[in-house]
Amino acid sequence: MKQTLAQKLVARAAGRSAVTPGEIVTCKVDLAMMHDSGGPRRVKPMLEKLGAKVWDPAKVVVITDHYLPAYDDESRRIIHIARHWAADAGVQNFYDGQGICHVVLPERGHLHPGMFAVGGDSHSPTGGAFAAYMFGIGATEMLGVLVTGEIWLKVPHTIVMDFDGALERGVSAKDVMLFLIGRFGLDGGQYQAVEYRGPAIRKLPMQERMTLCNMTAELGGQTGLIASDETTAQFLKSKVETWESDTEATVLAHHRFDAGDLTPQVAAPHSPANSKAVAEFGDVKPTLAYIGACTGAKLADLRMASSILKGRKASMRLLVAPASLRDQKAAEDEGTLQILLDAGAELLPNACGICAGYGEHLLPENLVAISTTARNFKGRMGAASSQVYLASPYTVAATAVAGRVCDPREFLQ
Amino acid sequence: MRAWLLGDNIDTDVLAPGRYMKLGIEEIAAHCLEAVLPSFSKEVKTGDFVIAGRNFGCGSSREQAPAALKHLGIAALVAESFAGLFYRNALNLGLPALVCRDAKRIRNGDPLRIDYEKGEIVSGRQTLPFEPIPAHLMEMVRDGGLLPHLEKRLKCRTTS
Repeated sequence: MKQTLAQKLVARAAGRSAVTPGEIVTCKVDLAMMHDSGGPRRVKPMLEKLGAKVWDPAKVVVITDHYLPAYDDESRRIIHIARHWAADAGVQNFYDGQGICHVVLPERGHLHPGMFAVGGDSHSPTGGAFAAYMFGIGATEMLGVLVTGEIWLKVPHTIVMDFDGALERGVSAKDVMLFLIGRFGLDGGQYQAVEYRGPAIRKLPMQERMTLCNMTAELGGQTGLIASDETTAQFLKSKVETWESDTEATVLAHHRFDAGDLTPQVAAPHSPANSKAVAEFGDVKPTLAYIGACTGAKLADLRMASSILKGRKASMRLLVAPASLRDQKAAEDEGTLQILLDAGAELLPNACGICAGYGEHLLPENLVAISTTARNFKGRMGAASSQVYLASPYTVAATAVAGRVCDPREFLQ
Repeated sequence: MRAWLLGDNIDTDVLAPGRYMKLGIEEIAAHCLEAVLPSFSKEVKTGDFVIAGRNFGCGSSREQAPAALKHLGIAALVAESFAGLFYRNALNLGLPALVCRDAKRIRNGDPLRIDYEKGEIVSGRQTLPFEPIPAHLMEMVRDGGLLPHLEKRLKCRTTS
């Protein structure tokens, strides 16, 4: 039987030679990732109530990113629980203040093609960029995984997003996703597996592939997947098995696009589905530009912003929160960070911060912002009256310079 | 027990706003839906129902979104469709999430009754069928959610 990448990954985890979309199976979990917000502070009391222990501490990764830096008694308490629980439960894979979980996890080599993984966060499909089946779950479901090492799954259908050609300079994975979400809606993924493929996808570096899979959450897929290849191997600095769909496997839908036709996209408040070409937003004048989050502040994202900002100054407040400490150091070493700072950027901690509506720097009433983050739901990043436009790091940087929503290709000629 | 009618794509940020996430469920529930329906948490009564359109609960994995609704006494959620992650979370907390294609035929404020045996939502003269919750999940919902369900399973293992 011909199988999709999703079916192959699920079949392996279910101990089967093949699975059929729609059937309910129980999968063994290779890796369970948690952060401070949905992780230890929620599962610890439940584990105690059950008198249960973690099934396999070596398969658990805990990363603090939501309540860092701790700024009041509650956030200090939450971080404190994460630190102590990881030690008490024997979880050695504990990353404290190293950056956002979805970026730190692969950066520290925890993801490999063929794995079946869960994360206590909705952007967990990011891991699918490594040809691993990874998806987000809530705290109680995480408890179930921690106790049993297993989880149930309805075998997904696959929706293929096939991109021929190549993205134009100034157009990025973020634009691809805003385009797809605008086209298919927030439930376009139907909680199935969305597989990105085609020559344009093969050409993308690993962190751009991560952005595609990351925003599969906003597209409504359970996971986003990309077959493993030489790019995957280079990022992981090791040989990798090839995990890919059989060419004749049955899929739910196969959408074909020419990547060269794609223009920079912007999503208007209050939904990522309100996406249109950047040219339609020329009258919008934000007063804050935000480059942050797992979606939009990885090293690849910082480089995009710096390619626009080199030798230029931001005309509005520009905040940059690099997605991980390691990416920030790499950006510092290569000069990318200095370009951002010279343009007037203020540096924020390597954490979720404003994107998740956590921390001290939330958006005030009526502020208009443009942001590299994933979601602009009403009130998410601060006051319900604030207006957040979503765009790529190129477009956010160009807008910061121009003082109005601006096509970054104007600066790249 | 009345219906509270909501639209499409109700997200977890309006159900459980991030800035209150550090607090307990009482405080989060007090701000549930305030960005779209400011009076909701004050006026909702135990046994009421939330009715919505497509993709209810899209967004975050935060379980506090269904937990806030449960805390406020919501007896069941009825929607044209649910975001998959939210759907799993709601059932894991023992809060029934019912998929009903005709959910929008229910009007705001309508009295409502759910017949789980027949798989029907009764609203005035209307009888609307809902898709059954898969058997392995219904057992968990009947136990009150995944935590009590696991507790029961672990107890069985110890006694046998």
